[in-house]
Amino acid sequence: MPEIKVTPLGAGQDVGRSCILVSIGGKNIMLDCGMHMGYNDDRRFPDFSYVTQNGRLTDFLDCVIISHFHLDHCGALPYMSEMVGYDGPIYMTHPTKAICPILLEDFRKITVDKKGETNFFTSQMIKDCMKKVVPLNLHQTVQVDDELEIKAYYAGHVLGAAMVQIKVGSESVVYTGDYNMTPDRHLGAAWIDKCRPDILISESTYATTIRDSKRCRERDFLKKVHESIERGGKVLIPVFALGRAQELCILLETFWERMNLKAPIYFSTGLTEKANHYYKLFITWTNQKIRKTFVQRNMFEFKHIKAFDRSYADNPGPMVVFATPGMLHAGQSLQIFKKWAGNEKNMVIMPGYCVQGTIGHKILNGQRKLEMEGRATLDVKLQVEYMSFSAHADAKGIMQLIRMAEPRNMLLVHGEAAKMEFLKGKIEQEFSIDCYMPANGETAMVTTNPSVPVDMSLNLLKREMALGGPLPDPKKPRTMHGTLIMKENSLKLVSSEQALKELGLNEHQLRFTCRVQLQDPHSDPDTLHRVYTHLKSVLKGYTIQHLPDGTVMVESIVIKVSSSAEDVNAKVLLLSWSYQDEDLGSFLSSLLKKGLPPGLC
Amino acid sequence: MAAHLKKRVYEEFSKVVQIPHEEAQAKKLRLSKPSKSAALHVDLCKATNSTDALQYLLQFARKPVEVESVEGVIRILLEHYYKETDNSVRLKIASLLGLLSKTNGFSPDCIVDDAINTLGNEKSHQVLAQLLDTLLVIGSQLPESPAVRLRLIEVACKHLSDTYFGVRNKCLQLLGCLGLVDAPLTKDSNGPSSSSGGARDVQSIISNYFADQDPRVRTAAIKAMLQLHDRGMKIHQIIYDQACRLLSDDYEQVRSAAVQMVWVLSQLYPESIVPIPSSNEEIRLVDDAFGKISHMVSDGSWMVRVQAAKTLGSMLQVSSHFLEQTLDKKLMSDLRVSRAFPLAESHATQTEHVLCFVNLQRKRTAHERAKELFVSGEFSSGRKWADDAPKEKLDSNTVNLIASGACGAFVHGLEDEMFEVRIAAVEALCQLARSSPSFAEKCLDFLVDMFNDEIEEVRLQSIHVLREISTHITLREDQLDTVLAVLEDSSRDIREALHELLCYTNVSTKECIQLALLELLKNLNKYPTDRNSVWKCLKFLGSRHPALVLPLVPELLSTHPYFDTPEPDMDDPAYIAVLVLVFNAAKSCPTMPALFSDHTFRHYAYLRDSLSHLVPPLRLPGRKQVYSLDSVDSSCGSSSVESAQLFLQQSLNRVSSIQNLETAGDQDLLNFTIRDLQRLGELQTELAGAADFCATYLRCQLLLMKALQEKLWNVAVPLYLQQNVTATAAAQQILEETYKLEFLYSGLESRQVATIHHVRLQAKALQLILTARTRQGLDLLISSCEKFLQEVESFQRLFLSELPHLQDSFVDKLLELMPRLVSCKPAELVKILQTTLRQSGLLQLRLPEQIHRATATIVEPTGESDNPLKFTSGLVVALDIDATLEHLHDPQNSVKVQVLYPDGQSHVIHPKPGDFRKPGPNRHRLITQVYLSHTAWTEPSQVEVRLLLAYSSSSSSS
Repeated sequence: MPEIKVTPLGAGQDVGRSCILVSIGGKNIMLDCGMHMGYNDDRRFPDFSYVTQNGRLTDFLDCVIISHFHLDHCGALPYMSEMVGYDGPIYMTHPTKAICPILLEDFRKITVDKKGETNFFTSQMIKDCMKKVVPLNLHQTVQVDDELEIKAYYAGHVLGAAMVQIKVGSESVVYTGDYNMTPDRHLGAAWIDKCRPDILISESTYATTIRDSKRCRERDFLKKVHESIERGGKVLIPVFALGRAQELCILLETFWERMNLKAPIYFSTGLTEKANHYYKLFITWTNQKIRKTFVQRNMFEFKHIKAFDRSYADNPGPMVVFATPGMLHAGQSLQIFKKWAGNEKNMVIMPGYCVQGTIGHKILNGQRKLEMEGRATLDVKLQVEYMSFSAHADAKGIMQLIRMAEPRNMLLVHGEAAKMEFLKGKIEQEFSIDCYMPANGETAMVTTNPSVPVDMSLNLLKREMALGGPLPDPKKPRTMHGTLIMKENSLKLVSSEQALKELGLNEHQLRFTCRVQLQDPHSDPDTLHRVYTHLKSVLKGYTIQHLPDGTVMVESIVIKVSSSAEDVNAKVLLLSWSYQDEDLGSFLSSLLKKGLPPGLC
Repeated sequence: MAAHLKKRVYEEFSKVVQIPHEEAQAKKLRLSKPSKSAALHVDLCKATNSTDALQYLLQFARKPVEVESVEGVIRILLEHYYKETDNSVRLKIASLLGLLSKTNGFSPDCIVDDAINTLGNEKSHQVLAQLLDTLLVIGSQLPESPAVRLRLIEVACKHLSDTYFGVRNKCLQLLGCLGLVDAPLTKDSNGPSSSSGGARDVQSIISNYFADQDPRVRTAAIKAMLQLHDRGMKIHQIIYDQACRLLSDDYEQVRSAAVQMVWVLSQLYPESIVPIPSSNEEIRLVDDAFGKISHMVSDGSWMVRVQAAKTLGSMLQVSSHFLEQTLDKKLMSDLRVSRAFPLAESHATQTEHVLCFVNLQRKRTAHERAKELFVSGEFSSGRKWADDAPKEKLDSNTVNLIASGACGAFVHGLEDEMFEVRIAAVEALCQLARSSPSFAEKCLDFLVDMFNDEIEEVRLQSIHVLREISTHITLREDQLDTVLAVLEDSSRDIREALHELLCYTNVSTKECIQLALLELLKNLNKYPTDRNSVWKCLKFLGSRHPALVLPLVPELLSTHPYFDTPEPDMDDPAYIAVLVLVFNAAKSCPTMPALFSDHTFRHYAYLRDSLSHLVPPLRLPGRKQVYSLDSVDSSCGSSSVESAQLFLQQSLNRVSSIQNLETAGDQDLLNFTIRDLQRLGELQTELAGAADFCATYLRCQLLLMKALQEKLWNVAVPLYLQQNVTATAAAQQILEETYKLEFLYSGLESRQVATIHHVRLQAKALQLILTARTRQGLDLLISSCEKFLQEVESFQRLFLSELPHLQDSFVDKLLELMPRLVSCKPAELVKILQTTLRQSGLLQLRLPEQIHRATATIVEPTGESDNPLKFTSGLVVALDIDATLEHLHDPQNSVKVQVLYPDGQSHVIHPKPGDFRKPGPNRHRLITQVYLSHTAWTEPSQVEVRLLLAYSSSSSSS
């Protein structure tokens, strides 16, 4: 039986550095190539030596697919393609291709220029890497090679996020990347058709959560911000430059406009302006509302939100600042946090998930004293709020996707082990399908039962159709006669005559003969006539002939009568039929074995 | 056969030709068209190849065919059909057959046999499908003939096993439309041939195709079943399981139809018990169906989602605990079957009571409360950090009562990506909430949240919905907060809908009132154009919550126990708003006026006069005598209406005796009656339309009589020139008035319209007489005579049924003399007219039940604006127009805006249909913009804006 193997190099029972290897139908595909936010050493990148001990990856991988532009899904891409070595195609959607290099460049700057790391990829490497990218459109089927095809579906989450279906022959795998089943202020909901993949590889960040109405979340968020502003406090919202940030911006922008608020909203880093530019461009990837109204006003042209300068952080008075990165592990958001942490009027709102080890994770867990570099400690006095704005599917959303796609097996990645375990149980109970959750480096194997397509000759089909009823009854399978020819990797079902002709063989006749003993006092011709009338009464709709040469023909079956030498009354019926009429022949023999009914003349 | 058919055709052809000959004496012209059938036959015979034939048929199809020649045409078509080898031509012929069978007055039973025969030899599937479609048309044209139906059904059953989906589709459609409702198909009625298919009933035949391989056929099968239901056949309950299975079909149209099917069955068998798979529990069918349809709200296709959300709204029999699950999606693993269930529920309601109590002190959203209401889910909400640790393993014994997708169906629906789904969900919520107060209470927060939707239609819809269910609910402070935030919306529709909502809401505390007032004043400040709407809103708010307003009064009126406060500015809209609130509350709160200061009383008097519709009569100390009359008036309003009605009738009866104005008193009587009626209209608004109508009618009569009464009719030509002028003017005025009578009033019956036309006819006769006496040109006179006669004729045609009521009238006499009039000379005709006109009396007016006069009030622009509009010559300036139209039928087409410039130049603007909104029955609102543009003028001058009601006199007279 063929197998599909899935091996996570990252994101197996873990969040961060998503990188999943899939081998399906003899093809090897790498899904995502991310980095881990929590580590600064070798562990931040997936262990590519798993794939090849040393040497280029090109020989082992058929393609690489990037689901969206978050660094934990694409951060290791230049490292893999340029430093480890991969020359094959890299697939991503248009918005991802546009935004991804910006983020990579930003990431590189922080690591190399700020932290002074060496042996890191360079700008040129990012450029070279992006040259290998092949863009994907939604719902477009792309042939990677003759057998492997991929197709992208809308995934919500961030601009350009996609779910990918990978298909070889009739085997298929769907990888969701990160997705969101509830639409938000700027993106729509993930959607997939009923493609029934063999494996659905889904993220499970919120495996144990079902979020309540997003409207209520939005309202709470606005209320908290508003209250803090009215108190005169400063609000810090650490975000990743792209994704949630835009949603929250739209939310605050419209709120500010509605409530006529004057406090400034700032958005840190110049990166955002570049990114917003792309948001304005890729309108087709956004939600219904923005798509419909962008002609009047593009929602991403903010009126109230201005660029942030480092000096503004010390300005008096209330303000709202969006700062990167989102988990408070480095960069501007951390700097501002340090400045504001001491004042209890201020507030930090964590709008999304925080990986273990980051400051965001620590303060959310209630830690009030933080150890900084250089043994300094920081007292956290400001309010810490958590708002689940992260655009990942919750448990219900995952279930909904399963229901939409109807996979045969389920595989969970991108989540914490204990929570996955919980969801696994749920899925198995609800859908009664197998659910896997391999750890990093572990391989999950799924045997598939692919259907094998066979070409059938039209003549044969028509002939068989004509035989029993005009329509194939979908409720019952039907047997048919034909010859299967396997030739040069292709299968053909043809009629036996044609097969003989094609193969240059002679037809062999196969005839069965059978003797049936009967007790019958009549003479031979009379017995035959009695047989004839009996069969005539039983077999309606068959041509039965009483031939003058002393035989009865039922279709092509010949019946003769001879009396045995010893006993005059014991007659022997000789039946003879060809192999093709086996059904009818065996029926006749068993019928005649029962004897003739007495009432016949 | 063919020859015989052809003969029949020609027979008909000749018949048609004869008709004009026969009618030749009648002096009427009628254009006779050469018969279609003959022409078609010739064309088809001429056609050398199939393309030509197709062209002919296409041309033929564009023109209508008379009833008489339909059968002939069909024969020719059929004849050609048998000869034709090309599929497309046969297809066209088949479709033409269907088209022709639809001809009015043609009974297609004669072609049933032929049509069925054609089926037998047809090889092409497309043509077969088209033929079946034709049979469907024929069958539905013959509802009275069961024999034909049975034959058709038999045909349909035979072709059900066709390989082409279109044929199966049509067969199912046929079965759905024609399948017998009352009796199952039995074989006795139609021979042995149908014994295999006929013995089963239509439903099981159709339901076999629920599992067809082609999704289109599956859809058609469900649709056919629904069709049967529509025609009154009771669908068997067995279908339910099959329909439920189809809910998970791969194709959206199938799922969508299946949702309808499941809904139909849930309405038919709401109380039946169905088992839950994988357990031995059972639930009511309607609950099960509700669960399944809720599930479809999270379907992959938005069409299905819309369908499901809409359907949910009409499932009112569903149990309340199922209903409540649709509001909580966290309860993913559903209502569990457990023995302790009722206990758990009562516990939940208890906590709710406690929480309600807590609410008075603290703003808490119902989402929080709901969370505690439905704590049974094992999932966390994700609201708090690290609140999502996995729970223990599940108890494997639990059973899912309904599919997990069903929980929180409305939460999903309300946050759906497509606004169509959201709107459908909001509407469904509304329907369910109206029938269940407890559900209304629970869904309130979700509706209030929808006020923040990003799409305006959704916001508007949810405001409307909240208004509809507002009788069930009392808004809490936090909810009111969210509601009022919408008052700052820049869309006028939203704000006005919200004002409307506030008119109907109940609030719980005095803080709420204060909050509402504050926000409304803010709104007034921001959008001064909302003035009227805000005042009206405060009026209702005050009269609804007198007890809550009472403690606020000193603060609102800023009175002080010791000090006199300055008198507020009476023209300040905000102050008026506060007063409206207070006075309306004071109406049912007699202690309140004691808190008023002196100037408040003065302002009351002023407002009572100037804004009487907003300020109710109050029993104020020292002012009893003045206002007692008013209060008495309003208290016995219904009886006064009756008496006024009586008065109206009496005055009408009184004047009916007047024949002409020979006696001196008659004219006075008419004059007085008119005056009385006008005054009555002012006093009694309910009867304003009727009174006005009568007064106008009587005025017309008066004018007519006056014109006829002139003693100078017999004087020589030069002398009565002066009189002529007045008479002409009178005739002109009567004409105008009759148009007003006809088009300005709604609720007229044809009796009244006939009366009005009658007056108009009289006026025209008068005009004719006057023309005859002044004009010299004979040609002109002849033509106007002819015109008049035409009018009389058309009057007769239009009001044939009303003629018996018009006995002894002008028209009655005129019609008697008609043969003479047609043949006589113009001079003679005029003479006859003059005498008849003078002899005929006043036609009594019968009043219809309800009669209303169309009115329009321009709210904006107001005339007395202080800052004039300025615009550069040659460029345009946009002027906002806001007007209320009442009792207008089809204002989209009839109302126009006219702009009149000071130099007399004017133009008419047609408002877009979208500019009209319908805030209430018989009420329309026009909010539009007109563009002004003109060349330069020197000093400020008035530009007039008018609303016009367009009517067409031609359509009424012809």
